[in-house]
Amino acid sequence: MSETLLRTDTLSKSFGGLRAVSDVSLEFPVGLLHAVIGPNGAGKTTLINMLSGDLKPSSGAIYLNGENIAGLRADQVSKKGVGRSYQKTNILAEMTALENVRLAAQSRVGGGLGLITAVKRRGDLIDRAHAALERVGLRAADDRPASALSHGEQRQLEIAMTLATEPNVLLLDEPLAGMGPEETERMVALLRSLVAGHAVVLVEHDMDVVFSVADRLTVMVNGAVLESGSPQAIRASAVVREAYLGEDEDDA
Amino acid sequence: MIGATTTDNGANGLVRLFLLVGLGVFALFPLVGSTFYVQLGTKVMVFAILAMSLNLLVGFTGLVSLGHAAFFGIAAYSVYFFTPGFTAASVWWTLPAAVGLAGLAALVIGALSLRTKGIFFLMVTLAFGQMVFFLFHDTPIGGSPDGVYVNAVPTFDALGIDLPELRDRYQLIEGGARAPFTLYYVTLACMLAVYAFLAVLLRSLFGHVIKGIRVNEHRMRALGYPVYGYKLASFVIAGLLGGLAGYLWAVQSLFVNPELAGWHMSAEILLMVILGGMGTIYGPILGALALEALRELAEIAIEYGVTASNAIGLTEMDPHRAATDYYLLVEGVVIIAIVIVLPRGLSGLIEDLAAYLRSGRRSAKGEAEQAT
Repeated sequence: MSETLLRTDTLSKSFGGLRAVSDVSLEFPVGLLHAVIGPNGAGKTTLINMLSGDLKPSSGAIYLNGENIAGLRADQVSKKGVGRSYQKTNILAEMTALENVRLAAQSRVGGGLGLITAVKRRGDLIDRAHAALERVGLRAADDRPASALSHGEQRQLEIAMTLATEPNVLLLDEPLAGMGPEETERMVALLRSLVAGHAVVLVEHDMDVVFSVADRLTVMVNGAVLESGSPQAIRASAVVREAYLGEDEDDA
Repeated sequence: MIGATTTDNGANGLVRLFLLVGLGVFALFPLVGSTFYVQLGTKVMVFAILAMSLNLLVGFTGLVSLGHAAFFGIAAYSVYFFTPGFTAASVWWTLPAAVGLAGLAALVIGALSLRTKGIFFLMVTLAFGQMVFFLFHDTPIGGSPDGVYVNAVPTFDALGIDLPELRDRYQLIEGGARAPFTLYYVTLACMLAVYAFLAVLLRSLFGHVIKGIRVNEHRMRALGYPVYGYKLASFVIAGLLGGLAGYLWAVQSLFVNPELAGWHMSAEILLMVILGGMGTIYGPILGALALEALRELAEIAIEYGVTASNAIGLTEMDPHRAATDYYLLVEGVVIIAIVIVLPRGLSGLIEDLAAYLRSGRRSAKGEAEQAT
């Protein structure tokens, strides 16, 4: 159960003189939802960007199944089974919801560029796209342009795209940003359902959600890990309370 | 919103009908057109192929290149290289060789310039295009900066029939019989083949990936697509097709000059793409046709205008001189007007019209049903 799929070892990233992430060593096993929290500028998104290959680490290592993937390009990391969603909605706006997810599923088709094979002949990709849309509750949005979906639906679509790439590791950067209470509730249920079979890394601002869904919490401040442990341990931690949660969390 | 998507909106049948009628006009034109206009028609179709090839980059992959004429020029010059004396070489090897050279150049130029994006990509492709221009203009390779004649038309022996001359003839054959206009029909067949090829390509897995890259390159990379490789493949395919156009051009005009590869030519192809509309495969054909027609009409209009104003004593100009001097001015104004009125080009107008007719018919049918 707690086999460590993804692990970082003294991972660091500097932008000029600024050390955005410094010496982060964390473990992300399959079947656990690991939430990373911290104030703005703590380096959470930078960490995710390094894990997904969007950013090249300055130093340190990222082990996926024991293999160091630090420095690989984003498409190579994705092919190795790391899927991600973005803080700022990142979809193919002009295309239909189905085509968004179908293209995500197509990325797993091996061999060649597919110059001749007609998309219509790969019904299996459409089936897989339908399954992913179904899973996030967007099956009815198939033929609508992604740009015409509501904000919450676009966030769901992004998760569906990520799922269609059949990842083992899910990197979710603030999937709840800008969502209403009802949408949030649905998304939280979805997040919980994703934990089985995936190592889930969640960056999120909504503390109620974080404490209710996370199996493990890491608090980052100024690019470094302040504390890492179970939600109860984090709640009880005096250091965290002082640095981040503040006094008014006492009775929570 | 919906109009911006490339989804099938049900009006495709009407557009297809329009394209079939257009094809019929192209196919029958030599029966009625004078030799001059048939040759002009060949030229238009060559440019249509060239513009369609650029549109694969600009309209479907999201790569705005200002060096596309390089591949046109390289293939055109290849015809000159392959017939150094007066002995004609066969189409069967000169065509693949010329197109292959253009593709090879596209591989090298693409591999380097695709490391940049946006305006930088535009500038780097422009620079590479100019390098090819100067290669033909300033080195012994190109023969002369003013251009060189191709001494012999490639022979075209198909199915045991040896067509003695591929090129369209200048005059009607004695006795009123029409010249066979072989090249016109060969070019028409090539244009259709390129259209069909692009239609298959854009429906393929590959085609959907490059369309995704145009919309959101970053997301496509995060989904696991090696974006650079796909863009390079698209660039090389466009270079190959541009090479086909260059080959046909050299065979048609039997004269090649460095300007074929220059940035001015690249800009003109881009203009055809924009004028015709980027969202469709056939748009650039309309663009090439419209640009040539506009040029002819502008010249005629100026000639008539100047003749009239001379007659009432307003001006004293040679109408023909004025036409060749000022047609670009008229052309420019009209193009600006078209781009403002039709941001999606002529094909956008066709698509909108088809959608409008379709919806009009549907609502008329609905009213009729309600009335009964």
